[in-house]
Amino acid sequence: MMEGLDDGPDFLSEEDRGLKAINVNLQSDAALQVDISDALSERDKVKFTVHTKSSLPNFKQNEFSVVRQHEEFIWLHDSFVENEDYAGYIIPPAPPRPDFDASREKLQKLGEGEGSMTKEEFTKMKQELEAEYLAIFKKTVAMHEVFLCRVAAHPILRRDLNFHVFLEYNQDLSVRGKNKKEKLEDFFKNMVKSADGVIVSGVKDVDDFFEHERTFLLEYHNRVKDASAKSDRMTRSHKSAADDYNRIGSSLYALGTQDSTDICKFFLKVSELFDKTRKIEARVSADEDLKLSDLLKYYLRESQAAKDLLYRRSRSLVDYENANKALDKARAKNKDVLQAETSQQLCCQKFEKISESAKQELIDFKTRRVAAFRKNLVELAELELKHAKGNLQLLQNCLAVLNGDT
Amino acid sequence: MAAEREPPPLGDGKPTDFEDLEDGEDLFTSTVSTLESSPSSPEPASLPAEDISANSNGPKPTEVVLDDDREDLFAEATEEVSLDSPEREPILSSEPSPAVTPVTPTTLIAPRIESKSMSAPVIFDRSREEIEEEANGDIFDIEIGVSDPEKVGDGMNAYMAYRVTTKTSLSMFSKSEFSVKRRFSDFLGLHSKLASKYLHVGYIVPPAAEKSIVGMTKVKVGKEDSSSTEFVEKRRAALERYLQRTVKHPTLLQDPDLRQFLESSELPRAVNTQALSGAGILRMVNKAADAVNKMTIKMNESDAWFEEKQQQFENLDQQLRKLHVSVEALVCHRKELSANTAAFAKSAAMLGNSEDHTALSRALSQLAEVEEKIDQLHQEQAFADFYMFSELLSDYIRLIAAVKGVFDHRMKCWQKWEDAQITLLKKREAEAKMMVANKPDKIQQAKNEIREWEAKVQQGERDFEQISKTIRKEVGRFEKERVKDFKTVIIKYLESLVQTQQQLIKYWEAFLPEAKAIA
Repeated sequence: MMEGLDDGPDFLSEEDRGLKAINVNLQSDAALQVDISDALSERDKVKFTVHTKSSLPNFKQNEFSVVRQHEEFIWLHDSFVENEDYAGYIIPPAPPRPDFDASREKLQKLGEGEGSMTKEEFTKMKQELEAEYLAIFKKTVAMHEVFLCRVAAHPILRRDLNFHVFLEYNQDLSVRGKNKKEKLEDFFKNMVKSADGVIVSGVKDVDDFFEHERTFLLEYHNRVKDASAKSDRMTRSHKSAADDYNRIGSSLYALGTQDSTDICKFFLKVSELFDKTRKIEARVSADEDLKLSDLLKYYLRESQAAKDLLYRRSRSLVDYENANKALDKARAKNKDVLQAETSQQLCCQKFEKISESAKQELIDFKTRRVAAFRKNLVELAELELKHAKGNLQLLQNCLAVLNGDT
Repeated sequence: MAAEREPPPLGDGKPTDFEDLEDGEDLFTSTVSTLESSPSSPEPASLPAEDISANSNGPKPTEVVLDDDREDLFAEATEEVSLDSPEREPILSSEPSPAVTPVTPTTLIAPRIESKSMSAPVIFDRSREEIEEEANGDIFDIEIGVSDPEKVGDGMNAYMAYRVTTKTSLSMFSKSEFSVKRRFSDFLGLHSKLASKYLHVGYIVPPAAEKSIVGMTKVKVGKEDSSSTEFVEKRRAALERYLQRTVKHPTLLQDPDLRQFLESSELPRAVNTQALSGAGILRMVNKAADAVNKMTIKMNESDAWFEEKQQQFENLDQQLRKLHVSVEALVCHRKELSANTAAFAKSAAMLGNSEDHTALSRALSQLAEVEEKIDQLHQEQAFADFYMFSELLSDYIRLIAAVKGVFDHRMKCWQKWEDAQITLLKKREAEAKMMVANKPDKIQQAKNEIREWEAKVQQGERDFEQISKTIRKEVGRFEKERVKDFKTVIIKYLESLVQTQQQLIKYWEAFLPEAKAIA
C-alpha cells in the first residue's frame, strides 16, 4: 500500500509548492539551495531524499543527496534550540510527525467491509482513500521541505555545522528518537519553562517595540490557534459532505440501473453529475485545507517560535538585571567584584546581542507573514472561484440535458 | 359500487385510447402500447413543466402553451380514433389543457367517457357531471395550500392548527376559494376514512404524515427553539404534500369525506386516530394479524405481471431507503459545515482584529464576512437538501408501503375467493351425502346453501378480478406520477445547487480584490 511512491520530480504538484511558498521571502540564491526531491513511505517510516545544490566552499561537492528520516529533522531542530548562540533568532518550527494512522485505519476498515458493498462502491472508496493517503503524504513532504528551506535562507543558521552534516553526511546520523527518560526530562523542562515564562513576562520591558510585540504575539498566537482549529473542522465537514455526494451518486446509479421506467436514464445522468460534483467538492475541501488551514497551522508554530524568542530575550534581560544587582551587592560587600563584573558584562552582551537580532527577526517575521497570507488568500479565492465556476458549469450542463430529455 | 368507480384514470393518457374503450379490461395494456408507439411520448414529464409555468393563468384551453408534442398527441389521436370527427371537435377544443394542472387524468377522461357512452352502456354519473362541466367551460383544477401553523390552547392539550386553503374551479365545490382550519388529527382521520373505503378495493391511498410524540410534546410544552419551529415547518410541508397527492387521485377527489374535509368549517374530531385509544389498539392488533396472515397465504399467481411488479416495488423500496439514508447524512453534514463555517468566520474576525498590519487586518475581516455569508448559503442549501430531496424520498418510501398494502389486499381477496370455493365444494359434498341418505328437507337446505355459496364464489371472483384491474390501473398511474414527481423535484433541487454556486462565485469575486490589495 503506497509503497515505493517515488514518482520522481513531478511528484510534488504545484499546489504543494504552495506550501513551500508560505515563506515567500526565501532567497533561493545559488549559494545554497535545498529541496526534497523524493520520498518513500515504508510501513511506519518515511524516508526523505534531501537534495542540495550549493556553491559554498564548505561542501565537498556542488550537488548531492542524502536520505533522512523525520527523527533526524527533529534532531536538527533541537540542536538549534539548544544552541545558545542562536538564542536571538526565531528558530524555524520543526515539521510535524508524519501521521498516516487515520488514513491507514480507514483503508483497513474498507478492506474488512469489502464484502458488504458493491464492486463499484468499493473501487470508488478505495480510490478516494488512496487519494487521501497521497494527499497527506505530499503534505508531510512539503512541511519538511519548508523547514529546510527556512534554515537555508537564514543568514546565520545556514552556516550551522549540524546543518551541513545533516545535508551532506550520507550515512545514518544514528539519531535515535528520545527514549522514555529523555521524554520525561523534556516534559519537566517544558513545565519549568512555561512557569518561568510566566514569571519573566511579568517584567515590563523598557523597550516599546518589544513590549508591543509581546502583547501582540500573545494575542495573535491564541487567535491563530483558534482559527486554525475552526478552519480544520470546517474543511473536515466539507469533506464529509463531499463523501456523501459519493454515496448518493452510487445509490442513484443503482436506482437507474434497476428502474424499469424511462426515469432510469434520468437517474443515471444525475448519478454521473453527483460523481463529478463530488470530485470538485473534494478538491474545494482539499484546497481550503492547503491554503487556509495549513497556513494558519504554520503560523501557529511560527508565532510560537517567535514567542520563544521573546521569552529567551526576557530571560536574558532578567539575568542581566540580576547580574547588575549581584554586582552592586558585590561592590557593596567588596567581595568577588571582578567575578560579578565579568558575569554582568557577559549578561549585558548576551542581552544586547539577542535584542538586536530579535528586532530584525520580528520585523522579518511580520513581512513574511503578511506576504504569506496575501499569497495564500489570493490563491484561496482564485481556487474557490475556479471550482465554483466548474461546479456551476457541470450543473448547468446536466440541467440542460435533463430538461431537454424530458 | 366498484363498477361505477371504474374511471380509467390513466395518467396523462392520450385520447388515443378511445377505440379501446369497449373492452374495459384491455384498457391498461392498450394504453401502454399506444404510449410506447407514439414518437412524442414524453408527455407526462413535459406537461408538468408547462404546468408549473402556466399554472397561474387560470387555465383556459386555448391559452395553454402547447408545444409540438401536444399537437402530435392530438394528431395521432385523430388518426387512431374511429369516432365521428364532429363529435370530437368540441371535445378537443374544450379539453382543458391537461397541461394545466397535475390533476390531468380526469380531464382526459371526459372526452373518453363521452365517446364511450356511445359505444358502451356503462355510464358513470360522476363523469357525466364532469362532461357537463367541460361543456360549461369549467376547468378541472384544484390547488391546495397548508399554511399558518398556529398554536391553540395550552399545555398538554395544546395543538397546532393549520390553515388549509383550496383554490378551485371545480363545480362540485360550493366556492372557488375557501379555507378552513384543521389540526393534525383531522388529517389522520381523513386518511383513515379514505383508507377504509378504498384500500381494500385496490386504490393506492397516499399515506398521511407521521405522528411524532417527541416533536409534538416539545411544541405543546411551548419550547420556542429552532428545533420545534423546524418540526412544525416539516409537518406543515408534509401535510401540504399529503393533500396535494390525495387530490391528484381522481377517484379520491370525488370522495365526499375529502370534500367535507376541505370545505366544512366544523369537522367532528377524529378520536380514533389517537395511538392509545381503543381504535388505535385495535389497529395494532389487526396489523399483527395481517402480518401473520401474509406469511400463511400461498397464492397461486396466475398473472406474472403482479409478481413482477411486486418484485420491482421491493427493489425500489430498498434502493430508495438506501438513497434516503445517504441524503439524510448529507443534510446533517451540511448543517455541520454551516455551523463550523460560522465559527470559523468569528475566529477569523478575531484574528483580523489582533493583526497589526492594517491591510492584512482588513483582508482578514473581509474573509470573515465572506465566510459568514457562505455559512448562510450552506444553511439554505441544507434546507433545500432536506425539503426537496430527502422528504421526497421519505414520501415515496411510505407510498410504496401503501402500494405493497394494496397488493396484500389483493391476496386477501383471492384468499376469500378460494375459501368460498372450498366451502362450496364442501356444501356440494354435503348435498350429495344428503341425496344418498335421502332426507328431503335437509336436501332443500343444502341446495339453498349451495346457491348461496355459488353466489359468493361468483362475487369473490368478481371482486378479485375487480381489484386486480384496479391495481393495474393504479400502479400505472402511480408509476407515471412517480416519474413526474422525481423528475420535477430533482430538477428543482439541482437548480437550488446552481443558485448556491452562483452566489459562491459572487462572494469570492468580491473578496479577491481585497486579498490582492494586501500590500
